[in-house]
Amino acid sequence: MNTIVPHVAETDRLRLAPGVMLRNDRRRGQWMLMAPERLLVLDEMALAIVRACVGPEIGDVAAGIDRLTVEYDAPRTEVAADVLEMLTDLRNKGYVVT
Amino acid sequence: MSCALPAFAAATRNDPAPPFAVLMELTHRCPLRCPYCSNPVALDSASAELDTATWKRVLDEAADAGALQVHFSGGEPCVRKDLEELVAHATEIGLYSNLITSAVLLDRPRLERLQRAGLQHVQISLQDAEAAGADRVGGFKGGHVKKLEVARAVVAQGLALTINAVLHRHNIDRVNDVIDLAMDLGAGRIEIANVQYYGWALANRAALMPSREQLLAMDAAVRARLPELAGRIVVDYVVPDYYARRPKSCMGGWARRFMNVTPRGRVLPCHAAETIPGMAFETVHDRSLSDIWRDGQAFTRYRGTDWMPEPCQSCDHKEEDWGGCRCQALALTGSADATDPVCELSPAHADVAVLRNHDAAALDSVWTYRGA
Repeated sequence: MNTIVPHVAETDRLRLAPGVMLRNDRRRGQWMLMAPERLLVLDEMALAIVRACVGPEIGDVAAGIDRLTVEYDAPRTEVAADVLEMLTDLRNKGYVVT
Repeated sequence: MSCALPAFAAATRNDPAPPFAVLMELTHRCPLRCPYCSNPVALDSASAELDTATWKRVLDEAADAGALQVHFSGGEPCVRKDLEELVAHATEIGLYSNLITSAVLLDRPRLERLQRAGLQHVQISLQDAEAAGADRVGGFKGGHVKKLEVARAVVAQGLALTINAVLHRHNIDRVNDVIDLAMDLGAGRIEIANVQYYGWALANRAALMPSREQLLAMDAAVRARLPELAGRIVVDYVVPDYYARRPKSCMGGWARRFMNVTPRGRVLPCHAAETIPGMAFETVHDRSLSDIWRDGQAFTRYRGTDWMPEPCQSCDHKEEDWGGCRCQALALTGSADATDPVCELSPAHADVAVLRNHDAAALDSVWTYRGA
């Protein structure tokens, strides 16, 4: 039986996967997640989400969503939906782990 | 929100965006003798290999050219005693280091030294899910057990681990076992890599080609598992060329993302490019990697889409697959300029099926091990 892996939840604590690091490439003027044999270019919003929600010092995802809600002065439900979708995508692509 | 590599598309033929990574084949020496080795049939000797100082200069030039990652590869890169020194140098100049290895020469102390030097990621090849078959393919007794031991050490140390599982007639039926093994080892990523027929593999094609039934069973097994694997292990699944209907985007497009430096210092757009006749390759002794990347003859020849014949030229997919693979076009049609015949739009596509069916039926064909 196959089971679909659930979405990232607000109670999850996320960190970058082994071998993944946040880097700024000055030459290209881009932030990226550098990873084994690949990389992911982050736009401004993706960078803000990674900074707010990923890392051992962050706490759970809910705390990151709270911060982003204040920072962007947006409805929390909308912020949460966007953040969880993006973090699930990053988790499924192996850039972050719980 | 975010996407992979959008800003890395080659701008024009002679004014390309910088490369993403440089593959450094430090040596062709290897204790394993896999019959599908991607190294050229004519191997560079140890005495021809670049020395430490030259490799460091090449690393500097890779960073100058804008590369972000270096893949230390081979042959078996761990035969080089200066591997730690080269990784440390790469780290110092801001390059992300990947080690592509058979793992049989690695142990915990050396892994620790490499990690201290800044290594981020280790890719270990497995020849099968079980020792007898794996050691027979690798031609190296005890290799499989050693690989598993090193793979566990890689994970225990907190380094990223990729398992590279090369599939062919003799192990393709165990694809599920290979995936299970990779997960048990704690790999973050698995490459399910059906043999690509270049170099030694091309010479051994009749001994390696799986049957259509094997292929379909493997494909169904992998696709059925992908949903449950999401978020647990990253799967890079290379569909076997000879059974495909569309060509792969080989190297992400010729001279768009990667450069390759051979043990003796030749600078190539891909590791099999030396098979293409009439192509002039520069070496690290001739010009800098930046210069070679920008307008080296071998790099500009198939960069972008200008070179493409029909049916590629008017195809909607031409900036997705970049015309497929030049070396495969050469191997199968005799011309590197041709549409990759893996594509069903190629006039030579039917020939691929004939070759494939012929080789898949050659069940008593015996492979030749890679030379030393």
